[in-house]
Amino acid sequence: MSYELIGISVLWIFLYGYLVVASIDFGAGFFAYYAKITKQDHVINKLISRYLSPVWEVTNVFFVFFFVGIVGFFPETAYYYGTALLVPGSIAIVLLAIRGSFYAFENYGSKQSTVYMFLYGATGLLIPASLSVALTLSEGGFITEENGVVSLQYLELFTSPLSWSIVALSIVSVLFISASFLTFYAARAQDYPALNLVRKFALFWSTPSIIAALTTFIFLSQHNSRHYESMLDLWWMFGLSVGFFMMAAWLLYRGKYYGMAFISVMLQYFFAFFGYGIGHYPYILDPFITIDDSATHESMGIALVIAFIGGLLLLIPSLILLMRLFLFNADYVKGKK
Amino acid sequence: MEMDTVLISRLLTAMTLGFHIIFATLGVGVPLMISIAEFIGIKKKDPHYRLLARRWTRGFVITVAVGVVTGTAIGLQLSLVWPNFMQVAGNVVSLPLFMEVFAFFFEAIFLGIYLYTWERFKNQYIHWLFSLPVIIGGGFSAMFITTVNAFMNTPDGFAMENGTFAAVNPIAAMLNPATPTKVFHVLTSAYLTCAAILAAITAFMILRKKATDYHKKALKLTVTLTFIFAVLTAVAGDSSAKFLAAHQPEKLAAAEWHFETEEGADLILFGWLNDAHEAIGEIRIPNVLSFLAHSDFNAEVTGLEEFPEDKWPPLWVHYMFDLMVAIGFFLPGVALLYLMLSKMKKRNEHNKAILSLIVLGGPLAMLAIEFGWIYAEEGRQPWIIRGYMTVQEAATSSPYIGLMFFLFLALYIVLGTLCIVTLRKLFRNNPAEEELEKQYPTDEKGDES
Repeated sequence: MSYELIGISVLWIFLYGYLVVASIDFGAGFFAYYAKITKQDHVINKLISRYLSPVWEVTNVFFVFFFVGIVGFFPETAYYYGTALLVPGSIAIVLLAIRGSFYAFENYGSKQSTVYMFLYGATGLLIPASLSVALTLSEGGFITEENGVVSLQYLELFTSPLSWSIVALSIVSVLFISASFLTFYAARAQDYPALNLVRKFALFWSTPSIIAALTTFIFLSQHNSRHYESMLDLWWMFGLSVGFFMMAAWLLYRGKYYGMAFISVMLQYFFAFFGYGIGHYPYILDPFITIDDSATHESMGIALVIAFIGGLLLLIPSLILLMRLFLFNADYVKGKK
Repeated sequence: MEMDTVLISRLLTAMTLGFHIIFATLGVGVPLMISIAEFIGIKKKDPHYRLLARRWTRGFVITVAVGVVTGTAIGLQLSLVWPNFMQVAGNVVSLPLFMEVFAFFFEAIFLGIYLYTWERFKNQYIHWLFSLPVIIGGGFSAMFITTVNAFMNTPDGFAMENGTFAAVNPIAAMLNPATPTKVFHVLTSAYLTCAAILAAITAFMILRKKATDYHKKALKLTVTLTFIFAVLTAVAGDSSAKFLAAHQPEKLAAAEWHFETEEGADLILFGWLNDAHEAIGEIRIPNVLSFLAHSDFNAEVTGLEEFPEDKWPPLWVHYMFDLMVAIGFFLPGVALLYLMLSKMKKRNEHNKAILSLIVLGGPLAMLAIEFGWIYAEEGRQPWIIRGYMTVQEAATSSPYIGLMFFLFLALYIVLGTLCIVTLRKLFRNNPAEEELEKQYPTDEKGDES
């Protein structure tokens, strides 16, 4: 396996990791605010903040990891995406900044504020929407290059059904992933009123998530037939994805094995996300950047792969420690520590 | 129009970095101070020091949050605002950028653990141990990001072929000539600044109310640390000057308005320049620049005349350099004064004058960070990668950069204001004495006897 393939695979795994942890975080912010305005906050907010407090900073790093990694492995991406994404990227930064700092102001500051909570909840839905623009751009047709000037075609972007279906997919997925995680977490905490509420959220958002996935698929076939064809060749991955979705929905509906239900949701998105990514190969940005011709020098590529391995050897035990101390520590989850 | 985009790109980056380094400096230095306080507290079984560690930590979380989000901003802006730079330099510097993220990841994980395990372990040293990876992660992430900046000053570790970087050696690029002195200077000055700021806060509290045991201990600790790190920073600054003389003489020459190459060069403090490029109203210290550059009062120092005028850095960096150095002398001076007074039995080290000077030292230390950083960055103009790529060639071509500048300006105003408001609320309604009573009611009585 060549180093650029290793590179893009590891980066894709990290992007998937971000998709899961960030979805939990973004959705939790939205549910916390929703619970507040519907006067149910006493039921779930404690649960949410017990989970989020020790991990919110870690979530952010997954994202930094991805964009530093992709520019490192494929410096050409900086040139095209960097120029084209100046506006959507900057908006995403501002939203992330408001979200991250307001979380700290709200939780560690001395007074609770509804305004902070609203911004925290609202940004949780706007960030996935603004970040998903990068995925839309990668399909090609929205970026032009003339005389060395790269520009983004805003009109085409805003009138494209594909870009709106991707936005819709990202938002409902965030809510579905988050609600199914919170259901599992509430079950572990044996917090039955909270469990009742978040289980309802999870069941509610399951159907739109699968509908949005299907519409995105259809619009993709109209926009980029090459990508669509190669995804059809990977039909078994999407089949597995739908299978795991049905399993998750059924388990949530039965109200049993919530851990298994959340793992099914993760596998549902794993297969869909990797089927989508593999189908994208060899392009990173259709038609400007392919994986093979935009990779960095071999010596740097190898150094980065070594850094990956060294870094993961350090990170994985640390992450396990973090999870054992908080996420899987029954006393902490129940609020006794 | 082209020019404008470049100028706004520079302003946007300067603003983001200028805002970020305040919080980044706190992020690197404060964990060390917290860890030292907690260690003393456990070792001496003194609840005062442990409360100190706890209270500093509480304020620290707020600043970390702003540091994380602005750090994410500058990380993305590198590609958004300087796409051509990242396309080229990405080939050479992505390794340290990447390792920086790992170090940051490591720090983030253990900060979460440290914050939420205060009373969880019977053995108090276990909780204290969790502060070490936070310090190490913060220190390493500062180190890695500094190597990237060092590369931009003294590029190394590649060969040039047909206008592109080839034969890249990532390790050599990281360990370029500027790396050792820069890393040393960045770390020591960050620790110095944090010690000075915590000392300033404590001195301010003593000025406003009476000096309790808690505050006196805090002041003694922070001023002692200020002194130690100020001395180390001075050593680091001196080796940086010697590095500049050897590898980046135009930057040192611009800082000192040293136009003609000569032996026994004078050090120029403040003053201003006339049209003929002569300094007026300056304080001139004979032969000291030669000493600063080469440890020899009669050594030859390269002047700006050796470089084409269109490659000169702006000459106003002189003021940045002088202000940074002046503050660099002020801080250990005040710290030493306090320490000497505290040794003399008859003198009171908590008098108003000295406390006010310590209060002043906090903001001055942070200003010195800003001045020093502006000097370092403006001092390599017009280059973004010195000798290879100018700032003009690196900037984005997007017409929306002006709008983005105002978007971020608004963001930083909001973040800065709310950060201060939150910090003030956090401590104003919660004085240390009350908290001590609540946290360690029995310990406190034992402490009195």
